[in-house]
Amino acid sequence: MNQQEKVVEIKDLRKSFGDLKVLQGVDLDLFNEEILVVLGKSGSGKSVLIKIMVGLLTQDSGSMKVFGQEIAQLKKKPLNAMRLRIGFSFQSSALYDSMTVRENMEFPLVRNEKNLSRKEIDRRIEELLDSVGLPQTINQLPSELSGGQKKRIGVARTLILNPEIMLYDEPTAGLDPITCGDINNLILDVREQYKTSSIVITHDLTCAKQTGDRMAVLLDGQFKSVGTFDEVFPNADDARVKSFYDYNFINS
Amino acid sequence: MAEEPDDRKPLLSKKIDKFFTGLADAWNFVKRFFQEVLFPPYEFKEVIHQCYRIGVESLPLISLTGFIVGVVFTNQSRPSLSEFGAASWLPSLISIAVVRAMGPLVTALIAAGKVGSSIGAEIGSMKVTEQIDAMEVSATNPFKFLVVTRVLATTFMIPLLVMYTDFVALMGSFLSVNKNELVSMSTFFVQVFESLTFLDITSSIFKSILFGFTIGIVGCYKGYNSSKGTEGVGRAANAAVVMAMFLIFIEELLVLQIVNAIRGS
Repeated sequence: MNQQEKVVEIKDLRKSFGDLKVLQGVDLDLFNEEILVVLGKSGSGKSVLIKIMVGLLTQDSGSMKVFGQEIAQLKKKPLNAMRLRIGFSFQSSALYDSMTVRENMEFPLVRNEKNLSRKEIDRRIEELLDSVGLPQTINQLPSELSGGQKKRIGVARTLILNPEIMLYDEPTAGLDPITCGDINNLILDVREQYKTSSIVITHDLTCAKQTGDRMAVLLDGQFKSVGTFDEVFPNADDARVKSFYDYNFINS
Repeated sequence: MAEEPDDRKPLLSKKIDKFFTGLADAWNFVKRFFQEVLFPPYEFKEVIHQCYRIGVESLPLISLTGFIVGVVFTNQSRPSLSEFGAASWLPSLISIAVVRAMGPLVTALIAAGKVGSSIGAEIGSMKVTEQIDAMEVSATNPFKFLVVTRVLATTFMIPLLVMYTDFVALMGSFLSVNKNELVSMSTFFVQVFESLTFLDITSSIFKSILFGFTIGIVGCYKGYNSSKGTEGVGRAANAAVVMAMFLIFIEELLVLQIVNAIRGS
């Protein structure tokens, strides 16, 4: 797959919850091995967008194609096959509380790749924990990990199924600036090492600038500005887009 | 798949509509359990783990309660029976009361409080912290792993716990009878088994299976459908206990009517 090839195509996507219109005609493409950062205010529908991409939510109208397949039309089996190609890193990390780090990583692996030997399972878990820099946590419970460690383990658990697309939901939310930097580097490393295409949902412009090839700002349920960081910021025409930049880089 | 906000417009008043949509959702949940339980993959390891948690970890509480029920019920019944010179009927009376009603009911109510609330809270917290969504997006079936395993475990373990409660309650009763009426263990248990019928034992086991299924499915349903953050988790745990206890009493009443009808025919 070359880098100009689209892996995700979104056209006129609309989603409402009751009277609340969240997405009102979203158009967007994600290219192979690209990191696209989606920015927007809280409640603007950023997470809804990526939840539609993995079939956790269904759009009211419009099209969401991943690898050329319309997600909303996939039945259970093909949807699960598609989900194996998409990794979802949750804002809360969503590690299983009652399981150790090893069991957390083993859970999706043994259920999706039935014929793996114990040795192979251990090798893959250890390899991924090494790649996120946390091999020592293998027997720890999520409650014993820091916020940054949880995010890294969450990413490692997602990578164990070798996804082709990575979706990061607020990867730096609630973390200190140094840990944010580590997570940003991890996002870049994952792309480099695993050749993934990625969508990063955030309102942290430092994270956006450091990781993103392109930015897309979601306002009033539509993407108002799409382009490189320098194209979108700092001389944005839209006052709300500009306020994002001002708040992150000037006020702080 | 994760639940979407309910966009359905109420047809009647909001409360009536909520009641019937809730009933329909609960029915669909039970239906889904029976659809999922029959087909692979089977989560045997998790079923055994849950059986241990539900069965073995409930033993201390069940033992204490069962023993006290046996002793207290014997001591409370003795004066009335003694008035008619019928204290020797104590083993028969206690065995019938314990096996037919008190053993299953006491065990089920304790399990509803201990096990039902813990299932509701555990699954509820997994729901609000997106752990169930995380299972879903990694192409695994959270319903099978979380719901089917727990419901199977309660359905298997509650009957075993009921048998154990019956035994402990009868032992408590024996100690009281032995101390006051100087009856030996063999005489006590011969009287116990003579007064019990096949129908008593089978109806008790049937009831216990029903109670176990109810505790498991209600706890899972309330947890799986919890919302509104941590407050929702507390509500799920609470609702799991209240709803399970309510249903247990209704089931007890229904089974009693059926058994009495069979006994009368």
